[in-house]
Amino acid sequence: MFPRPIAQRSHTAQWTYQALLPIALILWLLPLLGIAMTSIKPSSDLAAGNYFGLPSYIAWENYWSVLFDFDLWKYIRNSFYVTIPTVIGAVALSCLTGFALGIYKFRGNLLIFFMFVAGNFVPFQILMVPVRDLTLQLGIYNTPYALILFHIAFQTGFCTLFMRNFISALPRELIEAARVEGVAEWRIFWFVVLPLMKPAIAALSVLIFTFIWNDFFWATVLTTSAETRPVTAGLSSLNGQWVAAWHLVSAGSIVAALPPVAMFFLMQKHFIAGLTLGAVK
Amino acid sequence: MTALPDAHGPKRSWWKSNQQALTPWLFLAPGIFMFAVYVIWPIYASFQFSFYDWDGLSPKKWVGWGNYQELWGDRNFIISLKNNIIWLVLYMLAVPAGLGIAIFLNQTVAGIRIYKSLFFFPFVISQVVVGLMFAWFYAPNFGLFFKLTEWLFGTGTAVLANPEYATYGIIVAGLWPQIAYCMILYLTGLNNVAPDQIEAARLDGAKGLKMLWYVVLPQLRPATFIAVVVTVIGALRSFDLVSIMTNGGPFGQTRVLSFYMYEKALSEYGYRMGYGAAIAVVLFLIMMVFIAGFVWKMVRDERGH
Repeated sequence: MFPRPIAQRSHTAQWTYQALLPIALILWLLPLLGIAMTSIKPSSDLAAGNYFGLPSYIAWENYWSVLFDFDLWKYIRNSFYVTIPTVIGAVALSCLTGFALGIYKFRGNLLIFFMFVAGNFVPFQILMVPVRDLTLQLGIYNTPYALILFHIAFQTGFCTLFMRNFISALPRELIEAARVEGVAEWRIFWFVVLPLMKPAIAALSVLIFTFIWNDFFWATVLTTSAETRPVTAGLSSLNGQWVAAWHLVSAGSIVAALPPVAMFFLMQKHFIAGLTLGAVK
Repeated sequence: MTALPDAHGPKRSWWKSNQQALTPWLFLAPGIFMFAVYVIWPIYASFQFSFYDWDGLSPKKWVGWGNYQELWGDRNFIISLKNNIIWLVLYMLAVPAGLGIAIFLNQTVAGIRIYKSLFFFPFVISQVVVGLMFAWFYAPNFGLFFKLTEWLFGTGTAVLANPEYATYGIIVAGLWPQIAYCMILYLTGLNNVAPDQIEAARLDGAKGLKMLWYVVLPQLRPATFIAVVVTVIGALRSFDLVSIMTNGGPFGQTRVLSFYMYEKALSEYGYRMGYGAAIAVVLFLIMMVFIAGFVWKMVRDERGH
């Protein structure tokens, strides 16, 4: 193990390490703690210059206000409308592409695989003008479908990379055995491979959920109204209205951050497994 | 792949004899279709648009290299390009910083798992929220950072209002989640470092930085590769933070190419789609240099298997 386990060191070293951990953590999360604290302060505290002290009382009304006076709940709803279908679509498509690229050896296999990989890295701006134009022509501009279709297509790149690597690591004997039995290829996919992909599906779902929930660029490019905008874009426009009403900005930020954070803590193992794919040989 | 032994004699259909060759294409079809429509074709279309003058509505007007010639003399484009380079260089700090935190946290004491998750926290939060958090942190008069500089130097600095420092302020905000990402990659990597090699090196008297450099880092190469890839891409994609924290200001000094492209293409003073596309093409070509390198390395690894 590297570095040398702290348990093998002197008592002073162990004590210092245990003391350093919380201090480092507080420093690391300082911006987050500041925002969390500000979000429960009444505006009178901020007006009186109480920026760093404890709140004079816990002002839950800030949360109430951003959610209902400023309709943040609508933006949250819109985000779910976009995120959930995207997760289902991208995972489904990549189960298919991953199976094709991970199991079969055919000409063009690597070429197609690396097309997905490379496409996944391109800057969004090179896609912006044509995708916006296409969305307008399809008549779905400023609807959830605009975002859902684009996100499914774009995320298929990353998901294919993930699924293909996962599937090609499965034991090949299983598939060979099924073939010898004369099982049809699509049945091999459905009954042999798909059940084994559960952990990969779980990992991808949480990752894609977070990526799409946090997307800001496409949300601003493809949607314009409060009825359709996801929460990232909504928060940005509300921030313009709130002009430094920091108790509201903070409460809004916390609300917008909650769903992916909850997802992360509930599915931590899958999340990290997905994110660190390829970090070890 | 050899064909299946024929179990049914002459009865077997055309589909049965060809299904192994056809199945992968049927499985690939929907994915390739979506990807072609929304990713591959738009790249080609953007290249085309960049040779036109187009406001998004009226007919396109061919201008040849006009947009690119205009870019060359556009002061704001040069500022954006310069800022992109600053982003790229400083963003790379996320890799060693992430490694440092990973080494710090790679212990087995009570509660360490919670610490690891909490250190990773910034990555899960949307960049919009990260931008707002740092805007609060830098806020003039009461921001924590403002107070700190006031206490240290007598006068406080409002980072985001200062044309000289604002870009650096935004980069620091971007580094926060990026370091967390690199950290988690390295924590996973460190978990898989071969213990016998470490012990052997320890018996040979290696420790500290020497051990890190000669024994640990070579084993962390896959993690380092991914950390570099995601950091380069993150640096070139820096749109959200600029948009939220300064909207390109003060005096346009924090623009980056991704932001400037958006601003030009969908500007309130009239859409310039063609000019925007030209900026996007430049950004794409810069990114292509890196993408080509990454993909080349991945192909080599793939063939090596």
